[in-house]
Amino acid sequence: MADTRARERPLSPHIQIYRWPLPMMMSITHRVTGIGLYFGTILIAWWLIAVASGPGGYSRFTAFINTWVGRLILFGYTWALIHHMLGGIRHLIWDTGHGFEQSEREWLALATIVGSVTLTLLLWIIGYFFIGGAR
Amino acid sequence: MSGNGKDMRTPLGRVAGLGSAHSGTGHFWWQRLTAVANVPLTIAFVVILVSLFGRNQAAAQQILGTPVVAIIMLLFIASITYHMRLGMQVVIEDYVHGEIIRPLLIMANTFFTIAVGLAAGYGILKLSFGV
Repeated sequence: MADTRARERPLSPHIQIYRWPLPMMMSITHRVTGIGLYFGTILIAWWLIAVASGPGGYSRFTAFINTWVGRLILFGYTWALIHHMLGGIRHLIWDTGHGFEQSEREWLALATIVGSVTLTLLLWIIGYFFIGGAR
Repeated sequence: MSGNGKDMRTPLGRVAGLGSAHSGTGHFWWQRLTAVANVPLTIAFVVILVSLFGRNQAAAQQILGTPVVAIIMLLFIASITYHMRLGMQVVIEDYVHGEIIRPLLIMANTFFTIAVGLAAGYGILKLSFGV
């Protein structure tokens, strides 16, 4: 008679157990930043209409954006924008058929996150300390 | 290919070349086209954004109302809103499967992107003509 006992088979590790590969994290981040930027366009539209509507409307916008929540949203928006752009460039490189080797995928994923954080910090340092900020 | 007796497609289907989704490569192509356009436009937008840090309303209007800046902003808004409509459509198609809710969300996606795009475009034109 056939042995019907369950054999010891390797189990697929649960998503919470195994170490997330960086390219996988960057793939998820690309989608999440895309969704964030989608709703962030409300902020751009509000900003442009505020400028168009004169000093009163603009001061209401700046009053919001100068709160710590507003600053955090603006900081997050600029990071998401730069991150999604770099992630998009990565996808355009893949569209040409290049960059699919293991080492290349790891390198591109690392370049996306390091590049986006560096560029965002640089942008805010230049914008905040050298151009405007608290003025 | 067309002379193959095993091909089950109708002559119309072969000529249209749209495949089983009936929409061809349009979604993919416009997604990539706007993605390529978004790269220089986003860099320009970030530069404009930084140059406006901490300025008052009059200065912001003066800079944004410059023809070159206003046109770059209009192109940026047009390209990102079309790109994000395509992107959000894929997200909806991936996660929402209800027969009613799915087409409703895909409609709402189009409504939202057109509304927010027009609002931003209206802002740019209004502040530009006010300079």
